[in-house]
Amino acid sequence: MVEWVAWLLRTVAEFILPFLKSWTWIPWYTIALLHVAGALIGVISVLAMFLIWLERKVSAHMQDRLGPMRVGGWHGWAQSIADGIKLLLKEDIIPAMADKPLFKLAPMLIFTVTFMSFVVLPFSQVIIVSDLNIGVLYIYGISTITVIGIIIAGWSSNNKWSLLGAMRSAAQLVSYEVPVGLSLLAGIAMAGSMSTVEISVAQAGGIWNWFLWRCFPFSFIAAGLLFVGALAETNRTPFDIAEAESELVSGYHTEYSGFRFSLFFLAEYANMFVASALVVVLFLGGFSGPIPIPFVPDVIAGPFWFLVKTLFLVFVMMWVRWTLPRLRVDQLMGMCWKYLIPISLVNLAVIGLWVSLSAAPK
Amino acid sequence: MFDGYYNAFWFLVIGVIFVALNLWISSLIRPSDPHAEKLLPYECGEESSGTGFVRFNPRFYIIGLVFLIFDIETVFIFPWAVILKGAGPFILVEMVVFLAILVVGLAYAWGKRDLEWIKLPTRWQ
Repeated sequence: MVEWVAWLLRTVAEFILPFLKSWTWIPWYTIALLHVAGALIGVISVLAMFLIWLERKVSAHMQDRLGPMRVGGWHGWAQSIADGIKLLLKEDIIPAMADKPLFKLAPMLIFTVTFMSFVVLPFSQVIIVSDLNIGVLYIYGISTITVIGIIIAGWSSNNKWSLLGAMRSAAQLVSYEVPVGLSLLAGIAMAGSMSTVEISVAQAGGIWNWFLWRCFPFSFIAAGLLFVGALAETNRTPFDIAEAESELVSGYHTEYSGFRFSLFFLAEYANMFVASALVVVLFLGGFSGPIPIPFVPDVIAGPFWFLVKTLFLVFVMMWVRWTLPRLRVDQLMGMCWKYLIPISLVNLAVIGLWVSLSAAPK
Repeated sequence: MFDGYYNAFWFLVIGVIFVALNLWISSLIRPSDPHAEKLLPYECGEESSGTGFVRFNPRFYIIGLVFLIFDIETVFIFPWAVILKGAGPFILVEMVVFLAILVVGLAYAWGKRDLEWIKLPTRWQ
């Protein structure tokens, strides 16, 4: 599937590009961008497949068993590919009285929105699709559209439990947007800019420059709140009451089958990656490595450190999932409104005090 | 000025094309055999009664309202955070006053038990 998309784009570029170059209304950089976007779609698909396999292995080893071992030979590395192909081959069942256009729209909306967040992730100072000067606000705003997608999915399924699961999930996501936003603000205040590249550059120079320790312990608390909020935003345990696989069947994606179902999971794992990347950019230095490595150019060291840190945080998310029990929905909402929001407000005020009294940028 | 959003727009287009393309490929290779029983809503094996569009608790609406207020507050704090570095205590105090006004709102909602999952009535209305 991924190779076909890449082949298609290459064919388009090689045979149609010279023809299109005479049409000045499609500039050449659009073609280049389409290549980049196609490549990123390939990366996301591979990433999601890898993370699903990793989750199964991590959960298995934490439960003292082995996980997938057969498919593809070495530790079942091809298990996700087999699962992806299987889901493509499943029948696409749309329930009898479901709202068909909305039913089809919901997974597309959720996946597209998650894919759009990849535009501002800084893999290095120059390797970024688009260094928007409101990078962090862009991700914050775009990720709220996922809530609409979830409500549409639950509503259009014509299933009472899907609707209730979707409403609960939307209530949870929407509640946890507030402490996430306030923690993002703490990071932005320390950097003085919303652009992800500028925030990463402000933490350059080594592990002692990271925002995690800049205003200890308040920036540490902010990073912790952002991580907990990210867990809640991506519907991961301990906050996955909405899709609790052992309790509510599947919540809002009960009635989906085949590729539409796999879109929800692609979006979930890509969302985990984006959320971890946001924590890394704001508090853990972005693409700035903890120690300077000599002789390695920045275009290689940048993505390397970014990916190592982000994948480590994704691993921590999986680790937390298979360690902690699930919170009940009233505990979850109570914790957000009564604990996380007051703590993050106080945190923001203290970090604001520290930043406003520190030296002004030249 | 809107330079970077050009890329974001094409990412939107590519996302839609990716989904549509894969669904089309899937439609070529998957079976399609609809029976009436297969298309019924799933209720753990029971037969469902009534339509799926049930009434839900209005507490979701209250949560949405309180979220809306705090989200607008967060949006107002974004520009402040960008210019905060080294700007002195005056604008900090200004923002703390703004946050304090909203904290009063949060305290009211908390005291009136609107933030709890099961709302019990308060003696003071």
